[in-house]
Amino acid sequence: MSLRIVVTVKYVPDATGDRHFADDLTVDRDDVDGLLSELDEYAVEQALQISENSDDDVEITVLTVGPEDAKDALRKALSMGADKAIHVEDDDLHGTDAIGTSLVLAKAIEKAGYDLVISGMASTDGTAGVVPALVAERLGVPQVTLLSEVSVEDGTVKGRRDGDAASEQLEASLPAVVSVTDQSGEARYPSFKGIMAAKKKPVQSWDLSDLDIEAEEVGLDGAWTKVESATARPARTAGTIVKDEGEGGKQLAEFLAGQKFI
Amino acid sequence: MAEVLVYVDHVDGAVRKPTLELLTLARRIGEPVAVALGSGAADTAAVLAEHGAVKVLTHDASEYADYLVVPKVDALQAAVEAVSPAAVLVSSSAEGKEIAARLALRTGSGIITDAVDLEAGDEGPVATQSVFAASFTTTSRVVKGTPVITVKPNSAAVEPAPAAGAVEALAVTFSAQATGTKVTGRTPRESTGRPELTEAAIVVSGGRGVNGAENFAIIEALADSLGAAVGASRAAVDAGWYPHTNQVGQTGKSVSPQLYIANGISGAIQHRAGMQTSKTIVAVNKDAEAPIFDLVDYGVVGDLFDVVPQLTEEINTRKG
Ligand SMILES: Cc1cc2nc3c(=O)[nH]c(=O)nc-3n(C[C@H](O)[C@H](O)[C@H](O)COP(=O)(O)OP(=O)(O)OC[C@H]3O[C@@H](n4cnc5c(N)ncnc54)[C@H](O)[C@@H]3O)c2cc1C
Ligand SMILES: Nc1ncnc2c1ncn2[C@@H]1O[C@H](COP(=O)(O)O)[C@@H](O)[C@H]1O
Repeated sequence: MSLRIVVTVKYVPDATGDRHFADDLTVDRDDVDGLLSELDEYAVEQALQISENSDDDVEITVLTVGPEDAKDALRKALSMGADKAIHVEDDDLHGTDAIGTSLVLAKAIEKAGYDLVISGMASTDGTAGVVPALVAERLGVPQVTLLSEVSVEDGTVKGRRDGDAASEQLEASLPAVVSVTDQSGEARYPSFKGIMAAKKKPVQSWDLSDLDIEAEEVGLDGAWTKVESATARPARTAGTIVKDEGEGGKQLAEFLAGQKFI
Repeated sequence: MAEVLVYVDHVDGAVRKPTLELLTLARRIGEPVAVALGSGAADTAAVLAEHGAVKVLTHDASEYADYLVVPKVDALQAAVEAVSPAAVLVSSSAEGKEIAARLALRTGSGIITDAVDLEAGDEGPVATQSVFAASFTTTSRVVKGTPVITVKPNSAAVEPAPAAGAVEALAVTFSAQATGTKVTGRTPRESTGRPELTEAAIVVSGGRGVNGAENFAIIEALADSLGAAVGASRAAVDAGWYPHTNQVGQTGKSVSPQLYIANGISGAIQHRAGMQTSKTIVAVNKDAEAPIFDLVDYGVVGDLFDVVPQLTEEINTRKG
C-alpha cells in the first residue's frame, strides 16, 4: 500500500516585521521578510509522524501557491523531511482571495495525486482559517479539520477536535482533507543532514495553464471580495504608568473605579 | 425590505450571545431571518424574536450532531435558496467560519471573515476588519453573489427589538458529502461558572509571570471579584498551568472586552493579535520595558504577587 500526502504550506510576511499593505491594498510581500508560516510547520510535522508510524510506503509532497520567494517555504519543509515540492507560481495570481486560493490548491492537489491533504489551522497573515474547508468542498472529500491529535490507519483518519463547547472525536475514510492546530505537537527543527538533503529534492513549478485555470478566475480581478480601504490603526494614546511602591493595587482599583468597572 | 439570514449558534436551544449581536448588525441591512438547526432549534425562537428576528427557520435531524460541518452547510444553502437574502451572517467561531466558507463557495458568493463592524452600503454591506494583529483597519465588500460575512463576538451591542419571530420548518436535503466526517465521541467542556471568554465584558489574563498552575488562583480571585472571564498567554498554556481553551491570541481566542487586565504577560505580537481591540487595557508587569505597556490605559510596574491580591482585596472591600 502506498499513502500520498500533500501538505499545503504558505509563505507569509514575518509577523514580527512591519507588515503593511501595498498601493493596490494587497498584502505587501516585497518589503517584509517572509517565511514558512509557523502554523504550517505543524502540518509538515504531522505528515512526517504519520509517515514514521506507518508500514505503508508514504510519500510527502509540499505544495505552495505564492510568489518566487515562496520557494523558501518549500525548502524549509523539505529540510524538515518532506520528499518533494510543488510551487504554483503565476503573475496572474497576485491578489487572489481565499476562494481563489482554494481553487488553485484543489486543482494542484488533484494533478499531484493524493490520499490525504494536511493543512495548517490558519495562515499567520490572513488568519481566516477557511482554506482547508474550501479545499475539501472543492475536492468533494471529507473535511477533518482543526485537529489537535491525528492518526491514520487502514485508510481511515481519526482525530480530536477541541471546539468551543466540546471536544470531539472525528473519523473519516481517505481521501480526506485534514488541518492541524498548534496543539498537535511541536514541529521539529531541520537537521544539518536534512538541510543538505533538501537541496537535492525535486521542486516542480506549475503555472495557471498547467492547472487549466483561466486568469480571470483568480487574482485581484477574479476576487469575489474587494478591499476598499486600509488604514493604520492610530497608536493608542499613552496611558498612565505607575511604579508599585506598596500601593499599586489600590491605585489600580482607583483607576478602575474611575472608569466605572467597580 | 431585504431579508438577512442569521445563522444561530445555540446549545440545545440556548442561544449564544454572539448570535444576538448578529441580529443587531442584520437590522442595519434588512430584516433578520434566523436559521436554527439541530436539537432544541425551535426553542431558540422566543429570544430571537425579542432581538429582531422576523422569522425563525428551523430543522432538526441527528446529522447535525453526528457529522461535522457539512449538514449545516446543506441546511444554510437550502435557506439561501428559499429566502434569496441580501446577506448571510455567521459568528466567527472556528466552526462558523468553516460553515460560512463552504456556503459561500457553493452559492458562488464572496466571503469576508472576522468582521468587527458592518454597515449598509449603496453596493451592499461594508464590513470592517482588523488585520495584522489589529495594526490595520480595512473595509471590504463582497462583489459576487450573496455576501457571506462572519462577525467576531463583541462587535455589536445586544439590543432588544421585538419582532414576530414566526417559526417555520426549513426543508433540507442532505448532500452526499454530509456524512463524510463522523463525530464518534463528544466530551462537553466543563463549565467553570465564569463567563465565556469571547463573550465576557471583562477578561483577566495571566502569563509566564504567574509562574505555576497553583498561582492561577490569584488570577481567578481577581476575575471573580470583577465577574470576569480568565485568559492565559500561550506561555502559560504551554507550561500546562491553564487549559488551552482559555488561551488568548492568534492561535487561541480573540477577545474584545470592555476591560482587559494582563498580568505577567510581556505582550508579544501573537498575544496582542487576540486582545488589542479591547476597549480599556490594563497591565501588571515587573518589567517597565515590557511591550504590553505600549498598549495600556493604565499600567502598574510591579510584582503581580503583591499588586494583584491587593487589587482584589480593594475591589472586594469597595463592593462591600
Ligand atoms: C505562530 C505562533 C502563534 C502564537 N500564538 C499565541 C497566542 O495565541 N497567544 C499567546 O499568548 N502567545 C502566542 N504565541 C507566543 C508568543 O510569541 C509569546 O511567546 C507568548 O505570548 C509569551 O507569553 P508571556 O507573555 O506569558 O511570556 P513572556 O514573554 O515570557 O513574558 C512574561 C512576562 O511576565 C513578567 N513577569 C514575570 N514575573 C512577574 C511577576 N512576578 N510579576 C509581574 N510580572 C512578571 C515578565 O517581566 C515578562 O514580561 C504564538 C507564537 C507563534 C510563533
Ligand atoms: N497560498 C497558499 N499556499 C499553500 N497553502 C495555503 C495557501 N493559503 C492557505 N494555505 C493553507 O490553508 C491553511 C489555512 O489558511 P487560511 O485559510 O488562509 O487561514 C494554511 O495553514 C495552509 O495550509
